[in-house]
Amino acid sequence: MTAAATAIPTDAEPTQLDVRDVEQFLYREARFADEHRYDDWEALWTQDGLYWVPANDDDADRMAKMSIIHDNRSRIATRIRQFQTGRRHSQVPHSRLRRVVSNVEILGNAENGDLEVGANFVLVESRERSNELWAGRYTYRLRVVDGAIAMSYKKVALVDNARAIATLSFLI
Amino acid sequence: MTLTDIPTSSSGARGPAAPYDELIEAQRVHGSLYTSPAIFADELEQIWYRTWVYVGHVSEIAEPNDYVRKNIGPQDVIMTRSADGEVHLLLNRCAHRGNLVCEADAGNSSSFRCPYHGWTYRNTGDMLGYPFHGGYGGRGKLDLGLGRVPRVGIYQGFVFGSFAPDGPTLEEHLGEAKGEIDRLVRLSPEGEVEITAGFLKHKARANWKLLAENETDGYHPQFVHASIFSVAQSGIGALYGEKSTAVTRALGNGHSENDLRPEFRRIGAPLGWFGTTEEKVPEYSAAMRARYGDAAEEILIEGAPHVMIFPNLFIAEIQMFTIQPLAANLTVQHVTAVQFKGAPEMNKRMLQQCIGSVGPAGMLLADDTEMYERNQAGVAELRPEWLDVRRGVHREEIDERGLTVGGATDETGMRGFWKHYKHLMTEGRAQ
Repeated sequence: MTAAATAIPTDAEPTQLDVRDVEQFLYREARFADEHRYDDWEALWTQDGLYWVPANDDDADRMAKMSIIHDNRSRIATRIRQFQTGRRHSQVPHSRLRRVVSNVEILGNAENGDLEVGANFVLVESRERSNELWAGRYTYRLRVVDGAIAMSYKKVALVDNARAIATLSFLI
Repeated sequence: MTLTDIPTSSSGARGPAAPYDELIEAQRVHGSLYTSPAIFADELEQIWYRTWVYVGHVSEIAEPNDYVRKNIGPQDVIMTRSADGEVHLLLNRCAHRGNLVCEADAGNSSSFRCPYHGWTYRNTGDMLGYPFHGGYGGRGKLDLGLGRVPRVGIYQGFVFGSFAPDGPTLEEHLGEAKGEIDRLVRLSPEGEVEITAGFLKHKARANWKLLAENETDGYHPQFVHASIFSVAQSGIGALYGEKSTAVTRALGNGHSENDLRPEFRRIGAPLGWFGTTEEKVPEYSAAMRARYGDAAEEILIEGAPHVMIFPNLFIAEIQMFTIQPLAANLTVQHVTAVQFKGAPEMNKRMLQQCIGSVGPAGMLLADDTEMYERNQAGVAELRPEWLDVRRGVHREEIDERGLTVGGATDETGMRGFWKHYKHLMTEGRAQ
């Protein structure tokens, strides 16, 4: 348990999940992203979801500094709808993707009681332009909504987020 | 030829790498201009290592002894502010064995120490010393220092460098583009922009000129960006429609703009250019009206410029790009949100809007960059050899400033770019 666990609001029960259930959720999320199953992927989000890919500093102030992605729930929906137009050229045709998610670790509870989970990933993207190797660390915050695990937060700290990187228009 | 063969001043000039007069016509340009490594090397010499190139902004080195690593094409340039407040552009290369003297992206230090043999330099580029000085006959015996970009020019806080020891002044180079920078900074209630949000660095496997030409191409948005315009109910697309009253203007010296003011004036809504209203940013609006009085209404209606300053600075309203060419087929776009001094309400909105639009995952720029990369692949095909830049040539006019103006979707800006490029690569070559 992290120190944050002591700051849970009294009306929220901290989320407790078995690590195997957490892993199954992460693998499903990864598969939906790899296979461009946009509706299925979007359905994994809570209503207060935040999807964040920082730039230059893994712990940058996301309200004051540039991020590669900084989507609140509304912008996540816009991003998905843009894919679904069929005219998001940087994903037409789709990148071929496969990622490995590993080192899954339950880190404790966030202030709002969500379960915080860390994992590492390696991902190969294949496009006509090139193949790209992407790697980094995921941090998720999970809670149970209507009996199913959902994510309220996904942070992607790319190992090369301070360097020049190629177009990253798929779901990382 | 390798990049290291290229002289870093105009003194080592060689002959043209290609018959540019034949490759650049008034209404078409040859595909080899985007693919030839020899032409790229020639461009470094005649353009990037000679003319004024945007490097950084004074707000990035606000305090004495601040420094930040920047670039001029492939050159690694340290922008420093010495204790006396002066701005210096130094090359990141020890005078001893050529090692990098600065590894950090930014920091605060009065000196740089080479890690290899401990030679040290002031942040003005002057040598401070070297260890075991007996090997050089004592202290202060070496007339060496860090390389310098010989000319540094600052306009409204924007710092430019020129490797040519003489030539046009920065103000002469900027010419009519100065007014566009003025238009940006006056949107700050303190009359200054700040570059404080850090940069995204987005790689494009494409020639730098494809980026520079696209920046004021008003023809592409309705096609490349249709996906985001449709889902975000954006009004941007209409600004670049067939019926738009906006214009494309060649500003001279290769600079160009999409002047959207006719549309914003027609709509007549303060902050309409940013998709918001004064009520939503009350402190900013009050500060602007306090500073500018009656003029504030017009300033807030007309909004920010959309201007490409040759060869590498692109201000797209709320976002600022610099173009860094690394090879004939490789370019890095550095992009950040413009921030207005004294406008925290606006800055938060501008930052978040910018993040949504630009960079590797940006809902606009990912698709632009996809086009650059496909374009680079396409221009390598053997036929029809040429790229067509004639759009709107029959309906251009000369405005009251003597500048060439085309319609919102016309290729007037590209033709202005090529006119200046051709001049620099032919009769305007360094002697």
